[in-house]
Amino acid sequence: MGSFDLLMQGFENAFTPTNLLYACIGVLLGTAVGVLPGIGPAMTLALLLPITYSVEPASALIMFAGIYYGGMYGGSTTSILLNTPGESSSVVTAIEGNKMAKAGRAAQALATAAIGSFVAGTIGTLLLVLFAPKLATEVVKLGAPSYFALLLLALFAVTAVLGTSRLRGFTALFIGLAIGLVGTSTGQPRLTFGSPLLADGIDIVVVAVAIFAIGEALWVASHLRRRPLDIIPVGQPWMSRDDWGRSWKPWLRGTAFGFPFGALPAGGAELPTFLSYITERKLAKNPEEFGHGAIEGVAGPEAANNASAAGTLVPLLAMGLPTTATAAVILLAFQSYGIETGPGLFDSQPLLVWTLLASLFIGNTLLLVLNLPLAPVWAKLLQIPRPYLYAGILFFASLGAYSVNFQWFDLLILLVIGLLGLAMRRFGLPVLPLIIGVILGPRLEAQLTEALAISSGKVSTLWSEPVAVIVYVIIAGALLFIMGNGVRTLLRNNNQKKKVLA
Amino acid sequence: MTTTQQPSATPRDGRVVDRAQYALAAGIGIAGAYVTYDATTLHKGFADQPVQPYTFPYIVGAGLIVLAVLLALATARGDVAESEEGEDVDLTKGSDWVTVGKLVVVFALNFALISWLGWAITGALLFAGTAHVLGARSIVRSLAIGVVLSVLSWYGFYSGLGLAIPAGVLDGVL
Repeated sequence: MGSFDLLMQGFENAFTPTNLLYACIGVLLGTAVGVLPGIGPAMTLALLLPITYSVEPASALIMFAGIYYGGMYGGSTTSILLNTPGESSSVVTAIEGNKMAKAGRAAQALATAAIGSFVAGTIGTLLLVLFAPKLATEVVKLGAPSYFALLLLALFAVTAVLGTSRLRGFTALFIGLAIGLVGTSTGQPRLTFGSPLLADGIDIVVVAVAIFAIGEALWVASHLRRRPLDIIPVGQPWMSRDDWGRSWKPWLRGTAFGFPFGALPAGGAELPTFLSYITERKLAKNPEEFGHGAIEGVAGPEAANNASAAGTLVPLLAMGLPTTATAAVILLAFQSYGIETGPGLFDSQPLLVWTLLASLFIGNTLLLVLNLPLAPVWAKLLQIPRPYLYAGILFFASLGAYSVNFQWFDLLILLVIGLLGLAMRRFGLPVLPLIIGVILGPRLEAQLTEALAISSGKVSTLWSEPVAVIVYVIIAGALLFIMGNGVRTLLRNNNQKKKVLA
Repeated sequence: MTTTQQPSATPRDGRVVDRAQYALAAGIGIAGAYVTYDATTLHKGFADQPVQPYTFPYIVGAGLIVLAVLLALATARGDVAESEEGEDVDLTKGSDWVTVGKLVVVFALNFALISWLGWAITGALLFAGTAHVLGARSIVRSLAIGVVLSVLSWYGFYSGLGLAIPAGVLDGVL
C-alpha cells in the first residue's frame, strides 16, 4: 500500500468524533500553556503522561501532537505581547514582534505569526510525510552497530551543538546518563543504594516532571518578578494587503530554513529562526525598518520555528531519536504504551503513525481557525495571578508523579530531582541533554550489548558497517572543529591578555 | 555553527568568581566518585553478557569526575553561569532562597502525610501552602481552590482514567 492510501486511512481514523475532540483539546491546551508564562509544551506533556494509562494510544498521541504545535503558536503570542520571550525558540520573534506591538501593530504581528505558522506547519508536515517513511525503510535495514553509532551521534549533537557552554552541556548529559544507570536491568543492582524501591530504576516520567515542572517552578519562585509585566492589549488579528505581500516570501524562506534544521539530529529552532531573521533583514526592501517592528522579521522566524517543529518529528518517528525536549516526552508516551520506537515503527504500527501524521494536518488547521478569533482571550491568560499558577504547576506535578505507582517515595525522588533542576537553571546547565541522556543511555547500552552479542564479543564489529563509519567520521570532524575553536579562542584571549599587560 | 562565546565571559582584571559554582563542581565530583565506587561493587556478568555491568558505570563515573574538575577550573578562570531567563523571572534582583526553602517544606509535608491522609487532603494542602508561600493574599481562597482541585482530580482519575488514588483516612468517604 502506498503512502497516500495509508495517509487517507490515517485521516479516516483521525476524523472520528473522539479523536477530533482530542485534537481540539490538544490544540487549545497547547496554545494556553504556550501563552502561560513558566509552562512550555514539554512540561505540559510531562504532566499529562498519566493519561496514557487509560486513553487509547491514537487519541493520546493526537492530543500530544496538538499540544506540540499549539505550544509553538502560543509561545509566539507571548513574545509579541510581552517583551520577555519564554522559550528560546521565540526569542527572535520577540525582537521585531514586540516592537510591532508597541507601535500599535500587535494585530498584524499575531496574524502573520499565526498564518505563517499554518503555512510552515502544513508544508513541514507534508515534507515529514514524504521523508520519514523513506528514511525509516533505510534505517530499519541497519544493524546494531550502525544504530549504536546513530545514538552516539544524537547524544553528541544535542549536547555539543545547542547552548552556549559545551562543558555544561556534557555535564548535564552525564548526570542524565548516571540517572539512567539506576536499576537492575543488567541483573545486578546499580546505584540503587540497596533500596528495592529503586530496583526498577527511576521512572522517567518522574524525572521529566521533576526537571521540567518542579525545577522550573522552584527557579521562578526564587526570582519571582514582583512588579506586573506590561502586556500590550490586542484585538482581532488581521493583515492588510501590503502585509500579506511582505509576509508570504519570508514564510516560505523560513520554512526552508526550519525543516532541515529540525530534521537534523541537532535539531532545535534557535539556529533556523536566527538565520531566517538575518536573511530577511538582508533581503528587505527597507532594512532600516528592522529594529523598529518589521513584519518580515516576525513572519520568517515564526515560520522557521514551526517548520523545525515538524522537522524534529522526522528523526523521532523514523529512528526513535528525540532531538528536542518535547519530542523526548512524546517518545516517553510511546514507550508508556509499550510501543517499540525506532525505525520499525512505520511497519509495526502503521495505522497509529499515519493517524498521528493526519492529525498534524488537522491540528494545524484547527490552530488557525481557533486562534485567530481567540487571540484576545489568550492575551487575558497572561494576567493569571502567579501564586496560583505556580501552585497549580506544583500540584499537578505531584499528582503526575504520584500517579505512576501511588508511592510517596516517587514524590521524594520528584523533590530531589526537582532541586537538581533548580540548580541546573541557576548554573545554566541545559535541561535537554539530561533528559536525552536518561532516555538514550539505557538504549545505548542495549544496542552495544546486541551488537557485541551478534559478533560474539569482537569490538571491531562496531565499525563494520559503512553507515557507522560515516557517523563516526562526522562525530570526529565535529569534535576537531570544536576543539580547534576552543584553542583559537584560548589563543585569542591570551593575546589580548598580553596586549593588556604590555 | 553556534560559537557563542560571550565576550563578557572572558575574565578581565576585576574577575568575578562564582563561588557557588565550586559547590556544584564538588557535587558532580562526589556523584562521579560514587558512581565509580558503585561500579567496583559489581561482579562480572554472565557468559552471554558481552558488555559487563560495570562498563558503562565506569565511563559515566569517570566522565562526571573529569567534568567536575573542568568546571572547577573554568570557575577559577572567571566563568560565570548564564542563569535561565523566563517571563516571570527577574534576574536583576537577588535570589529568594527563603521562598524556595518554604516550598520544599510544604512539598516534604505532602509526601510525608500522603500515605496517611490521602491525596484529596494533602493535595489541597499542597496547593494552598505553595500558593500562600508564593504570595497569594487570601488563605481561604487558596484552600478553597486547593480542595476543589484535589477532590476533582481524585474523581477525575477515578471515573475518567479508572485509577483509584489511595484515599487515606477518607477511604470510604470519597
